[in-house]
Amino acid sequence: MTAPLPASLQLCVRRRPGPAGASVRVSLRVPSDVGCIEEVVDLLLRHCTHGAWFGRRVRFNLRVALAEALANAIVAGNREDRSKSVLVEADLSGDQVRVEITDEGIGFDPGGITAPLLPEELDRPSGRGIFLIQQLVDDVSFNDRGNSICLTLRRP
Amino acid sequence: MAFTATKDGSGVYLIRIEGQLIVGNRQELKAAVATALDQGERKFCIDFSHTGYIDSSGLGALVSISKKVREQGAELRLSGLNEDLRSLFELTKLDTLFALSDTAEHAIEGLSG
Repeated sequence: MTAPLPASLQLCVRRRPGPAGASVRVSLRVPSDVGCIEEVVDLLLRHCTHGAWFGRRVRFNLRVALAEALANAIVAGNREDRSKSVLVEADLSGDQVRVEITDEGIGFDPGGITAPLLPEELDRPSGRGIFLIQQLVDDVSFNDRGNSICLTLRRP
Repeated sequence: MAFTATKDGSGVYLIRIEGQLIVGNRQELKAAVATALDQGERKFCIDFSHTGYIDSSGLGALVSISKKVREQGAELRLSGLNEDLRSLFELTKLDTLFALSDTAEHAIEGLSG
């Protein structure tokens, strides 16, 4: 019996020149495999961080926020079910990059998670993901169902 | 992520993290420390001089490791966090949970003293 083929990444990149520089739209369909996160983050950074304003700190923040959001989508959203995938749509235009990450899960209430920041809570190993994303990018929003997160990073 | 584990002359078990410490590989690090604890190691330094980024799962793994190390009467220091990585610890207040050293050498000195 042969092993099933691993699900693969599907990438689509569209570039459009404009007066304020090229705009880029990237669509990625990502299998529900945490082993893909590093590669997806690298791909998004490669295509979506053109322009002088993407300094070291901005790139770092975007990397961590993306890794975080992808992990949430794959682990909490799709529960690592390989028959499901995560859709990533990123737009770089002018002075901002906007990334929408959507899983096939039932969604969650982002307001229901409190980060363990008090001294007596610091031993808690989980609950920091959404908090970190909120700290690292300029704007975070969710759809009503709670299975799609949108991150926006603007030129400092 | 890849990591190298070495034990120096002062008895400190030094683990260097190369690449990212994220959800896909944090278990490897937890397993490595657990095995070393079982083998009797009591002084640990985890060095991040060659680490790109850490996500919340990686931070959570370090929290779990820290708890386990303390429960077994062992010691842990983290070293080599650059400005970006350090900001993650500060944002999450974890800089108050861990003993942080600028370099692995300083951490080893602190653990050996």
